[in-house]
Amino acid sequence: MKPKSACLLGLILFFTCKIITLAQLSEFSSEEFRATDEITAGKPPAPPTNIKATDKKNDDGTHITISWTKSADDGNGANNVTSYNILRKSPESNFETITKTLIKTGKTDYTDDTVKRDKTYSYLVQAVTASGTTSNSEVTGAEATASWFHTGKKWLFLSVVLFSVVVIYSIYHARSGKNIFIRRIPGLEAVDEAIGRATEMGRSILYILGLGSVSNVATIASMNILSQVARRTADYETALRVPCNDPIVMNVVREMVKTAYLEGGHPDAYQEQDIFFLTESQFAYAAGVDGIMLREKPAAVFLQGTFFAESLILAETGNSVGAIQIAGTDKEHQLPFFIAACDYTLIGEELYAASAYLSREPMLLGSLKGQDYGKLMIFAAIVVGVILELIGVNWVTTFFDKVSN
Amino acid sequence: MEKLIGVWIAAFLTLCIYSFLYRDNPFYRFAEHLFVGISVGYGIVLSIHQGLIPLAWTPFWQAITQWPPGWGLTKLIPIAIGLLFFARLIPNYAWLIRYPIAILMGIGSGLAIPNVMQADIFRQVHGTLVPFSQIHAGTLSGSEIFGAILMLIGVISTLTYFFFSVEHRGVVGGVSKVGIIFLMIGFGSAFGNTVMGRVSLLIQRVEFLLQDWLHLI
Repeated sequence: MKPKSACLLGLILFFTCKIITLAQLSEFSSEEFRATDEITAGKPPAPPTNIKATDKKNDDGTHITISWTKSADDGNGANNVTSYNILRKSPESNFETITKTLIKTGKTDYTDDTVKRDKTYSYLVQAVTASGTTSNSEVTGAEATASWFHTGKKWLFLSVVLFSVVVIYSIYHARSGKNIFIRRIPGLEAVDEAIGRATEMGRSILYILGLGSVSNVATIASMNILSQVARRTADYETALRVPCNDPIVMNVVREMVKTAYLEGGHPDAYQEQDIFFLTESQFAYAAGVDGIMLREKPAAVFLQGTFFAESLILAETGNSVGAIQIAGTDKEHQLPFFIAACDYTLIGEELYAASAYLSREPMLLGSLKGQDYGKLMIFAAIVVGVILELIGVNWVTTFFDKVSN
Repeated sequence: MEKLIGVWIAAFLTLCIYSFLYRDNPFYRFAEHLFVGISVGYGIVLSIHQGLIPLAWTPFWQAITQWPPGWGLTKLIPIAIGLLFFARLIPNYAWLIRYPIAILMGIGSGLAIPNVMQADIFRQVHGTLVPFSQIHAGTLSGSEIFGAILMLIGVISTLTYFFFSVEHRGVVGGVSKVGIIFLMIGFGSAFGNTVMGRVSLLIQRVEFLLQDWLHLI
């Protein structure tokens, strides 16, 4: 036989065998497999059991946790459960699915964070198979209630109380007339220099509070510094311009500056229109302040408060118009830019210490002293904690774990 | 067509803003005023839809139309306090604005201080101590032990720098100088990291000009 003919015969034999095999397989699937499908598709899986709905503790009444024991068919048998589904019945509606995607097997709890306070909800858990057959658990219910106190925060609460007691004691101590030493902060010693320069040059002072809201600690500290700066500008009758990013901050600043001018004995020098709202948008604010800097060419620029990506844009523009710049923020990512582009920079907590340093008021000095006592306690806790850890005693670490979570 | 007009407007405004790099000019001023004005308008609409209507008007309307009046009436208290902000428009009653300001600052401080203590102080102390328990357990390598000790020195020396009621002389002065070195190293790395982020923003803008506008790339 020639090789070509042998090859052809081989191919014919191969395809003949293949056709016979396929025919046998299709015969098998059409009978045996169909029978299996009919059995599994029709039979529901075993339902989840022990379903419990529990109101979440220490929250504002907007969470209910649902837990269950997995179906007997979860990872077992022909009716293998592949996922779970949660249905909820609220006072206003019937049972409806609340899970956006099916819950994978292995998970036996789910937190419903779409409930409303003081309302009772009923839940059931569905076991779902790959073919979509479902089986419902029993129904359970719970009422979403709010907690007055977060019991998990008791250690934090006690720490804050202890810290507050130390600060209050220090304030009373300072008010008794004893002299409290505050170390030199170069950036703050330059405040008078900056105001004096603006006065001599007959130009304005631009005070920028950053993007923080009135509840921001750095913004509050910045407003306290502004109050002290305003007292000095009132004395020298130097124009003080404050473009604000937040309308509420603007109102607070107006009140503080007005009070500073009144206390300084220069109420007539107060110009309300110099403290104005610009915009709440971050980069529009930066563009607006840059424009003010370029057109008014202030002799001194204060950048004190909370700053984000606009920090360098502002500081570079202030530098380009030749203003003496004193910056301060507790945003560690913006501090490098201020250090690079400004004459003086208050680093982190120096911003908080600034108002006490400038005003020398007993209350603020006492508060600063109290904060130092707090830092001393932290310092001691770290040293003691490290020594104890090295000898295998970890109660200091455990305490800080509880307080920080 | 709309897209084309949008791209041209965006490119024009981008160039107007970049013209600031040369000096203040009418183009920059136009873009600046447009930007500020539009952002204020957008902010007002946002405040009405996300603040005024859901947080003030709807609770107010529910409170006055609900019968019998229940706890809903308590929502009128914060609304009334908020309205005191408008007292500054009436000179004789302008002093009333101090009440909402005092409440806001009190609530703000009360919410912020525990969070700052928890996140910035206690969590950091815990993080400093944890490696030493691992040193005792013998689970840290030599370089990790070095890192833990370096971290301890950094935390203690930086903390010393922020003592304000002690003069920075002698031992305290020396330790605080070490703290400043740690701070500057940290700032240096943050500077590099952020500059890279800003450069990517510039690249994005240049890409828009060259690709979407000029079709050069």
